[in-house]
Amino acid sequence: MIVLGVALLAACTLIGVYLGDLLGVALGVKANVGGVGIAMILLILARLWLSRRGGLTKGIQFGVEFWAGMYIPIVVAMAAQQNVVAAVSGGPIVIIAATGSLVLCFGAVALLSRIGRRDPGSPAVEHGGSVIGGEADPVPAGKQG
Amino acid sequence: MELGHQIWHGIEHVFIEQSLVAAFAVVGALILVSNLAAKRFTKGRVHGSAIAIVLGLVLAYFGGLYTGGKKGIADIPALAGIGLMGGAMLRDFAIVATAFEVDVTEARRAGLIGVLALALGTIIPFLVGTLTAVAFGYHDAVSITTIGAGAITYIVGPVTGAAIGADSTVMALSIATGVTKAVMVMVGTPLVAKLIGLDNPRSAMAYGGLMGTVSGVAGGLAATDPKLVPYGALTATFHTGIGCLVGPSIFYLTVRALVG
Repeated sequence: MIVLGVALLAACTLIGVYLGDLLGVALGVKANVGGVGIAMILLILARLWLSRRGGLTKGIQFGVEFWAGMYIPIVVAMAAQQNVVAAVSGGPIVIIAATGSLVLCFGAVALLSRIGRRDPGSPAVEHGGSVIGGEADPVPAGKQG
Repeated sequence: MELGHQIWHGIEHVFIEQSLVAAFAVVGALILVSNLAAKRFTKGRVHGSAIAIVLGLVLAYFGGLYTGGKKGIADIPALAGIGLMGGAMLRDFAIVATAFEVDVTEARRAGLIGVLALALGTIIPFLVGTLTAVAFGYHDAVSITTIGAGAITYIVGPVTGAAIGADSTVMALSIATGVTKAVMVMVGTPLVAKLIGLDNPRSAMAYGGLMGTVSGVAGGLAATDPKLVPYGALTATFHTGIGCLVGPSIFYLTVRALVG
C-alpha cells in the first residue's frame, strides 16, 4: 500500500527530528542537531530491513519515491521564498564574508574530492538520480536492496 | 471592465483558498518553462532545474520588493502556498525521502571525508566571517563572533548571537551574510561543479559538509545533478547543528580570548 510508504517516511522523519532535538538538549544547543540526517539513516536502515525480509512492496516504494521525486519542485518553491532582497542589499561586509567563505569552501571540496580513488558511480546511484530528478523511470532489473 | 475584474477576483480567491494546490500548479509551470528553455536555448547544457531555481530566486527578489516582506513571492497572498510547499517541513520530508535512493556502500566509504568536510565547513566560513568583521571595524568579541557565525549558516548566526547577547543590527548583518551565502551556493554550484570534481557520491558528501546551509546545498545539488542530492544532504543536515554547538561556545571563547 502506497500510504505505508508515506507513513514509513513520515515516521522516520518524526523520529529523526525528535532524536535531533534530544541531541540538541543533551549538548545544550538551542537547535536541532542532525535530525534530518538521523531520519535519512533510519530510512536507509528501514529499506535494508524490509528488502531483506522481502517486505519492500511496490506500494511502499512508490509512496517514498513520490516524495523523492517532488524534491526538485519543493526546492524551486524554497528558492522562490528566500529573502533575496536582503541578500542583494546586504552591503560590502555581507558580500565579502559570503563570497570569501564560498570560494574557500569550493576550493576545499576540490581538494577533498581528490582524496582517495574516484569511483565512477554504481547503477544504483544512477537510478537514484532518475527518481530524484522526477523522471519516474521503471526500476532496472537487479536494483540493489 | 467590471466583468474582467470579477473574473480576476475569482481566480485570486481560488488561489488563496487552494493555496498548496495552486503552488503545485505554479511551480510545475515554472519547471516546464525552465525545461523548455534549457532545451531550446542551451541545448541541454544547463539543467532545467538550475534555470528553475534561478527563476525562483528572481521571483523571490521581485516578490520581496513588491510586498516588502521577508518570504519572497510567498508573501503575496495568492501565492502563499509556495511558502508551505517550500517551507522547512516539506523540504525536510523530501530530503529524507531521497535517502531511499542512497547506495549504502558509497555513503559508508565517504563517511570519513564527510566528517572532515563538516569540520572544515564550520571553521573556514567562521574565520572568513570574523576577519571580515574585524576589517570593517568591529572590535568586540560578541559582534565578531555573531558575524562569523552568520557566515556558517543563517541559522547558526542568530542562534549564536542570541546566546551571547549580540545587538539587533549585528544580528541582521549576520543573517544577511548567511542568506547571501545560501543564495550564492544555489546559483554558483552548477557553475563550478566540474571544476571542483562534484560528480560522484564521495565529493557530494564533502560538498554537503563544507557548504552546510541546507537550503543552499539542496538547491545547488538539485541544479547540478539529482543523483548527488542524498549524499550531500546527509552531511549538510549535521552542519547547522554543529555550528550552533561550537558557535556560542568554543568559537566565542576563542574570539574573546584573542580580542580581550
